[in-house]
Amino acid sequence: MSKFKKDDGKADPAISTASLPDIVFMLLFFFMVTTVMREVDLKVKISTPEATEIQKLKNKSLVTYIYIGEPNDTKVYGTTSRIQLGDAYANVKEVGAYIETKRGEHDEAEVPLLVTSLKVDEDTKMGVVTEVKQELRKVSALKISYSTREGAKK
Amino acid sequence: MLFFGVKFGYWMRRLLQWSLTFKSSIMRSKSAPEINAGSMADIAFLLLVFFLVTTTMDTDLGLFRKLPQIQEDRVNVIIHTRNVLPILVNGMDGLMVKGEPVDIAELKDLAKEFIANPTNDLELPEKKLVSVPLFGDVMVSKQIVSLQSDNATSYGMYIKVQNEIAKAYNELRDELAQEKFGTSFTRLKETGQKQKVNAIKMVYPQKISEAEPYDANLALR
Repeated sequence: MSKFKKDDGKADPAISTASLPDIVFMLLFFFMVTTVMREVDLKVKISTPEATEIQKLKNKSLVTYIYIGEPNDTKVYGTTSRIQLGDAYANVKEVGAYIETKRGEHDEAEVPLLVTSLKVDEDTKMGVVTEVKQELRKVSALKISYSTREGAKK
Repeated sequence: MLFFGVKFGYWMRRLLQWSLTFKSSIMRSKSAPEINAGSMADIAFLLLVFFLVTTTMDTDLGLFRKLPQIQEDRVNVIIHTRNVLPILVNGMDGLMVKGEPVDIAELKDLAKEFIANPTNDLELPEKKLVSVPLFGDVMVSKQIVSLQSDNATSYGMYIKVQNEIAKAYNELRDELAQEKFGTSFTRLKETGQKQKVNAIKMVYPQKISEAEPYDANLALR
């Protein structure tokens, strides 16, 4: 009995852990509200340039993303800029078809509001970007946004 | 060995019983004694970890542009050279405006002077009379800013140029909004005053033209 002293209950409960789930739920709701479900694993290294005259993308569900940059795995894929659509690398020619499929997932009323967000690494040459823009024009996806980080306003 | 197994099991039960009494004496709330708050925290932690792992705090900001429609027939619209500000960026990220090499920091002021043409300079764009709501009849400049980049230009430089041009337009619009309405253009947009915003946009329309990319097939015909 002396080896296993029973807790006599007189130790004052210093921290009441009854509110712990509340705190955790608050944190959870914060994360649920401020974050976006990451659908895509970035296969390209993207460091977007900074800009000051920027606008926030209003409705995230109406946005299609196109990623352009250097591949993460340069030993296998080399260093030339690649386009990533969805989860895989793609050719410039496939951009049009991808946009069309994405467009098909929306209602007729939403189609004119669709925006294409171009997330391009700042060291990419304009050749690829211009080709992608031409493909977008061919499928009439005219509203685009050049994704940037917020720069310091001087 | 069986004896040790039984002993171990017995002490495990006692340990569990002891820990349960500890839990219920601290965590039991007076109103609903049945709810075991300990497992709620576990569930909450699990959900939190799930969200932390599967989401990104990706605030999507960017420069909005509207691409021009593809025109099948290359109609060459006659535009006076005085109405166009030719901005060229070459493969070495060098900037040239109206044939003169220029530093990126000077671009905004050059663009502002071009777009506004406050002195009605004959080298700068013509103005035409446009009836703008809330302003009456205004002489609106027929400006077009033309941007041509090379295939080897870096995207970072392209965005810097686009940003400076957008800055020029925004500053002119801000100045006009201050003069006419007493607040900044961004403030008008934030408070949703669409009529005033559209009126200012009519006085300084954002006309950025990007040259058609050089298409080798078309050039050969």
